[in-house]
Amino acid sequence: MSKDIRIKKGLSISLKGEAEMRTESAKESQTFKVRLDDFHGLTPKLIHKENAQVSKGEPLFFDKNNEEILFVSPVSGTVAEIERGARRRVLNISIKADGKNNCVDHKAFDFSGKNAEDVKQHLLKSGCWPYIKQRPYDVIARPDQNPKAVFISAFNSGPLQPNLEYILKGNEDKIQAAIDALNILTPGKVHVSVPNKEGSVFEAIKNIDLHAVSGPHPAGLVGTQIGQIDPINKGEVVWTIGAQDLLIIGELLLTGKYNPERIVAVTGSSINEPMYVRTTYGASLENTIESCGLKEGNHRLINGDVLTGYTSEMDGAIGFYTTQITAIPEGDDYEFFGWNKPVFDKISSTRAFTFSWLTPKKKYDLTTNTNGEHRAFVVTGSYEKVFPLDIYPMQLLKACMVKDLDEMEQLGLYEVAPEDFALTEFICISKQPHQQIIREGLDLLLKEIG
Amino acid sequence: MKQALHNYKEKIKGNKWAPAFNAIHTFLYTPNEVTQKGTHVKAVDDLKRTMNTVILSLVPCLLFGIFNAGYQHYSAINGFPESFSLFEHFINWENFILGITTVLPLLIVSYGVGLAVEFVFAVIKGHEVEEGYLVTGMLVPLIVPIDTPLWMLAIAVIFGVVIGKEVFGGTGMNILNPALTIRAFLFFAYPTWMSGDKVWVHDAVNGVTKANSTDAISGETVLGYLAQNRTDEYAYSLSDMFYGFIPGSVGETSAFLILLGGLFLIFAKIGSWRIMLSGVLGALAMGLIFNAVVDFGWIGSYSKFYSLMAFDYWKHLIVGGLAFGIVFMATDPVTAAQTNRGKWIYGFLIGFISVMIRVFNPGYPEGVFLAILLMNVFAPTIDHYVVQANVKRRMKRASLAQANSNFNTQNA
Repeated sequence: MSKDIRIKKGLSISLKGEAEMRTESAKESQTFKVRLDDFHGLTPKLIHKENAQVSKGEPLFFDKNNEEILFVSPVSGTVAEIERGARRRVLNISIKADGKNNCVDHKAFDFSGKNAEDVKQHLLKSGCWPYIKQRPYDVIARPDQNPKAVFISAFNSGPLQPNLEYILKGNEDKIQAAIDALNILTPGKVHVSVPNKEGSVFEAIKNIDLHAVSGPHPAGLVGTQIGQIDPINKGEVVWTIGAQDLLIIGELLLTGKYNPERIVAVTGSSINEPMYVRTTYGASLENTIESCGLKEGNHRLINGDVLTGYTSEMDGAIGFYTTQITAIPEGDDYEFFGWNKPVFDKISSTRAFTFSWLTPKKKYDLTTNTNGEHRAFVVTGSYEKVFPLDIYPMQLLKACMVKDLDEMEQLGLYEVAPEDFALTEFICISKQPHQQIIREGLDLLLKEIG
Repeated sequence: MKQALHNYKEKIKGNKWAPAFNAIHTFLYTPNEVTQKGTHVKAVDDLKRTMNTVILSLVPCLLFGIFNAGYQHYSAINGFPESFSLFEHFINWENFILGITTVLPLLIVSYGVGLAVEFVFAVIKGHEVEEGYLVTGMLVPLIVPIDTPLWMLAIAVIFGVVIGKEVFGGTGMNILNPALTIRAFLFFAYPTWMSGDKVWVHDAVNGVTKANSTDAISGETVLGYLAQNRTDEYAYSLSDMFYGFIPGSVGETSAFLILLGGLFLIFAKIGSWRIMLSGVLGALAMGLIFNAVVDFGWIGSYSKFYSLMAFDYWKHLIVGGLAFGIVFMATDPVTAAQTNRGKWIYGFLIGFISVMIRVFNPGYPEGVFLAILLMNVFAPTIDHYVVQANVKRRMKRASLAQANSNFNTQNA
C-alpha cells in the first residue's frame, strides 16, 4: 500500500553552489582513511597492527559490543598509521594503497532457499552491515533484532544535497538485489520514498512500497517519512539505509565483492565548479574535490551537507556514509550592528527586518557565522513551523537536557534521530545545539534502557 | 575600532568583568563566533533582533504616551478643546516638552536600574548578559502612572528583576512576567500612587488647580467613572478611547497604536497571534456574559457593578490596559503557554479573567495585569495537559500496534 505524502511544515534552504549534472572521476588516492567517528557509539577492537597487509574488503576492526559486525578496508594496501586521540581512542586508520586491487571474494549470493540468517551473515562478514542503521537510537542496526519495516529515502530535500535519481539511474539490478535481501531480513515491508514516482528508478523495482513525498525540507529525511508512513512505537525497531548504499550492498550480492565506490556531489559557494565526482569511501578529500576547485581564502570543508555534516580538513577522507561534500566560507568576522539592521542576504524564519520571505527562490551564500550568541530558550512556537513530526520539539529537547528518561520516552525520543532536529537548530533564535542535545539524549537512553 | 575591540575582548577573556564588556561589545558588533558542532550555517535571527523588534513595535505607544501626558495635563487645567485638532492640540511642543520631561526619566530609571541589576548578576554568575530586560525596560514606563516617583520605580524594578527573574535563573527561566511583577509590586506596595483619580494626569497629585478656579485638577479613567457608577460624567467619545486621548498609564491608552504594534508583531512572526486573538475572544466572551446579565434584568442599576456590567462588551477592548496587556504582556514567550494549543487556552482565559476582575474589583478597576500574572502561574499546567494529550496519543498508538501484532501472530 503506497501513500502520497505531502509535508507542509519545513523550510528549504537554498544555497549557492548546486552541483552541475555531470560526473568526473576523482584522481586516484594513494592513502585511504577510515574514520571511526563515522560509526556512532562504536567501541572498536582493531584486528591489524600498523604495516599489516590488507585486501579490499578485509576486516580492519569489529565492534566489541557486537563482535559479528565487521568493518572492512575500502582498498588493498598496507595499514600505514593508526591515529589515536585522547585516552588512546582510535580516530583514523590510514591505509596506503598498493594499487593491486586484491579483493576478498564472498561469491555471488544465491537467493534461492536463503533465510534471514544467511543474508545477515553475508552482509556482516563482507562489511556491508554498517550501512544498515536502526531507530530508535540512530546507530548501526543490531543483527539480532527483527525490524518491523525498512525505510529508504530516495529523496534529498536538504541544502545542496545530490540528486539521487541522477546517481541511481542505470543501477536497477543492484538496487533490486539489495531490496530482495532487505525483504528477507524484515518480516515487514520495505518502504521507499521518492519525489516523483513517474520516471523514478524505483518504478521498476519489485517488492517495495513506493511512496511519493513532496514538500519543503525535511520532507526528504527518512525520519519524516517514517512518521508519516508507519511511526515507531515503544519496543519497535525499524531499519534505515541510505539510497546510494543500496548500490554497494547490491553489488556485493551480485558479484561477491565489496566495492565502496560512490558518486558524491561536491557543492557549496566556495567550490569553483560544483559537480558530481566518482570516488571511493576513504579516498582523500583533496583528490576528490581537485577537479572542482576550492576558492582562495578561509573556507570550511564539510563532509555531508551544511545541516548535518561534520567539518573536515583537506587531508580528510570521504566518510562511510558520505554522499556530499560542501565548502562554504568561514564567517569569523564581526558585523557592525548585525543584530538590528535590515538583512537581505541571509535566511530567516521571521520577518523581523529580515527579508528572505520576499525572495523564496533566491540562492544564498551563507557563512558559518552563528549570527548571534547562545542563549536560554526564549521564543516558543517557531520550531513547530519547521518540524513535521507529531512531537513537541522544545519539550523533548528540554527533557533531554535535564536527562528525564521517562519524559524523553513519553515525548517520542524513540522516533527521532539528531538529523530530524537540524532544521530547528538552524532557525533556533537561542542558538541551542539541538542535534547534540538529541544525540546525548539518545545515547543516555540507549545506555540506561537499551 | 573593530580590531581594537577584538584585541581587548581576547585580552580580558576569562576575566570577571568580561561579561559586562561583552554585553556592550555584542551590542555594537555581532560576534565573530562560528558554528562548532551541529549545523554549519544558522538563520540570521537571534535574541537581540527578536527583542529589538518588540521594542520597535512599542515605540509608537511611547511617543503617543509622551504627547498624551502633556495633552491630559493641559486639558485638565484649561479644559478639553471644543473641536479637537490633532496637530493643534495634541502634537505640539508644549505637550512634547512636558511629556518628555515626565516620561523620559521613567524610561531612564527603568533601563538604568534594570540593566545595572542584570550586569551585576551576569558578573557574579559569570554568564553573558541576556537580552530579556531590553523589552521589560521598555514596557515598565508604559504601564505605570505618569507621576510615579522615580525612587519607587527604582525599587520596584530591582524587586522585579531580582525576584521575578534572576532568582529563577535569568532570562528564559522566569515564571512571572518581569514587567508585570514590577507593576504588581508598585500596585501592592504603593496603592495610593497606583489608583484613584489623582495619579493619571501629571501634577494632579500635587494639587495643581484648574485655570480660573480653585478646584484641583484630576483625571479619572473611563474605568474609574464606571466603577463608581458615574457613567454620565465622562466626556470621552468612542474615538477618544480608540485613539487614546484619555487618561491612563503612560503607554496603554491608544488602542489604535497597540493594534498596529500587534499587527506588526504578528507580521514579523515574533508575537503569537494565537494568544492575541484568543485574548480578544476571551474578553469579548466575558463582556457578552455581563451584558446578558444586565439585559435579563438580573442586576439593577443600584448595584455597584451595574455600570461596568452594562458597558458594551466590545468597549472593554479600547479602555484600560487590556489591549496593551494582551498584545505586549501576555505574549511574552517565556511566561506564556509554550504549546500552540496551550496558547489558545492561555490567551482566552487572560481576556476572560481580565474583564471579570475589572467588573468585580471596582476599587481598582484594572484586572489585566493580575489576570496575566495568574495565567503565567497556570501556563505550565496548561502546557502539561496539552503535552500529555500527545503522550497519550503515542501510547495509544503503541498499544494498538501491539494488539495488531498479537492478532496477526494468532492468525498466522
